[in-house]
Amino acid sequence: MKQGIYSVLSNIKIAKNVYKMILSGDTSSITAPGQFVNIKLDGYYLRRPISICDYDESTITIIYTVVGQGTELMSKLEAYEKLDLLVGLGNGFDVSQSGDFPLLIGGGVGVPPLYSLCKKLIEKGASPSVILGFNTEDEVFAADEFKKLGVKTYVTTVDGSFGTNGFVTDAFPLVGDYTYFYTCGPIPMFKAVYGSAKTSGQFSFEERMGCGFGACMGCTCKTKYGNKRICKDGPVLVKEEIIW
Amino acid sequence: MVNTKVTLSGLTLDNPIIPASGTFGFGYEFADLYDINILGSISCKGTTKEPRFGNPTPRIAECTDGMINSVGLQNPGIDKVISEELPKLAKVYSKPVIANISGFSIEEYAYTCEKIDTHPQVGIIEVNISCPNVHNGGMSFGTNPDSAFEVTKAVKAVTKKPVYIKLSPNVTDITEIAKACEAAGADGISLINTLMGMRIDLKTRKPVIANKMGGFSGPAIFPVALRMVYQVFDAVKIPIIGMGGVSSARDVIEMMLAGASAVQVGAANLIDPFASKNIIEQLPEVMAKFGINSLEEIIGGSH
Repeated sequence: MKQGIYSVLSNIKIAKNVYKMILSGDTSSITAPGQFVNIKLDGYYLRRPISICDYDESTITIIYTVVGQGTELMSKLEAYEKLDLLVGLGNGFDVSQSGDFPLLIGGGVGVPPLYSLCKKLIEKGASPSVILGFNTEDEVFAADEFKKLGVKTYVTTVDGSFGTNGFVTDAFPLVGDYTYFYTCGPIPMFKAVYGSAKTSGQFSFEERMGCGFGACMGCTCKTKYGNKRICKDGPVLVKEEIIW
Repeated sequence: MVNTKVTLSGLTLDNPIIPASGTFGFGYEFADLYDINILGSISCKGTTKEPRFGNPTPRIAECTDGMINSVGLQNPGIDKVISEELPKLAKVYSKPVIANISGFSIEEYAYTCEKIDTHPQVGIIEVNISCPNVHNGGMSFGTNPDSAFEVTKAVKAVTKKPVYIKLSPNVTDITEIAKACEAAGADGISLINTLMGMRIDLKTRKPVIANKMGGFSGPAIFPVALRMVYQVFDAVKIPIIGMGGVSSARDVIEMMLAGASAVQVGAANLIDPFASKNIIEQLPEVMAKFGINSLEEIIGGSH
């Protein structure tokens, strides 16, 4: 983890209530896809934890949903504004377990961390498939970006307005065999994936956090491997340890 | 060169800055970020006789200039604290630490304090009779002078280490509790623990925190903490560790002028993991600015 001041390079709306922000600054503390940043905003005491969608040597891309006053303020930030960030938080996904044909399953605002994961999996020679689930067409984002990576991408919408009609699990038959899975999204989706998946896999969880780096014990959950802090020992847990 | 040294019950600290219990774990994880040996001391995560998972989540709510927590004394229990946590801390921190102890009965307080009594790195035992997040324990001992007296007496009987009692602000007159602790033999007083508070989510129309209420901390409570330190300083002769919303070197000096011999930094560590380090580094400059040569000389200086 490192603390630093980052500059907003761009901050644009990409879907209903969904924004994409690119920040420039030190990214050396990011060690795995699926890690997150914790953002200090003027006038708000607690930081906002947001998953890292993509990163390179000097930039971090985040995609976030406006859910309250803090993220509302974030959505109004303009280029050149400075933000205090903690970077490189959480364990992130372990790509070593993927096998040759991993399946990535994202739901809504859970989609972004799967993007850098997908790139890392391709880099190591795997051929991922991706299922992205949304409620309705105007919430759909990132599908084209995944397609540009050359991976099979299936989109589902609950109301059938775009892609396959239904939930992410309704797209499982389209994918065929897979060696492992990685998923991020809402809890009901997790339970459906947990029930349908034929392999082991990793789940990236969300919880209301205090500090984001393991000090306050605000986000602890019980697992079969003992108590874990979602912010520090997670947010990624393996299928076998999860207690629903 | 200004002098930042302070003394607590015969223990000399290089500076008065101590991360507060529950905001710094057992310290060693912060050693990845900076050399924690610059800290005056560390008040370790609250420890109980048995391991505790704590309360259900959500445990955290945001407030204006502060936060509410309802962690509920999550800790691995005294045996693991002694066998695993304190040895990890000893590898990266060489000074005496403060063991923070909680309980659900007077016997439990005494049992846990007796267990920690012989630990070589524990310089002070801080007895938490003010946790607002557990039922039938914690704060219930700290809101009544008689039970505060009984806990203090029981703990003092089983340890030779200095005992500081950590008080709750959720009382009508905190000086009555402080005086009861002093009468029972307490070596010092830590104050304040968090203020009871709550938030309600407008979308769900339900409390944000699973346990409904929790402990309010952060800069918003600093004036309340300062006032109580000031009052307790007038009421007792034993030293005070002041805490509650301290976020800067200026806050530290204000707290000491009110009567604190040392100062704990709590919620600030959670917002900025370097907060305690930054305060220590700011101290000499702020002391010089206000013509302070030695911090010991300003304790209670506003009275």
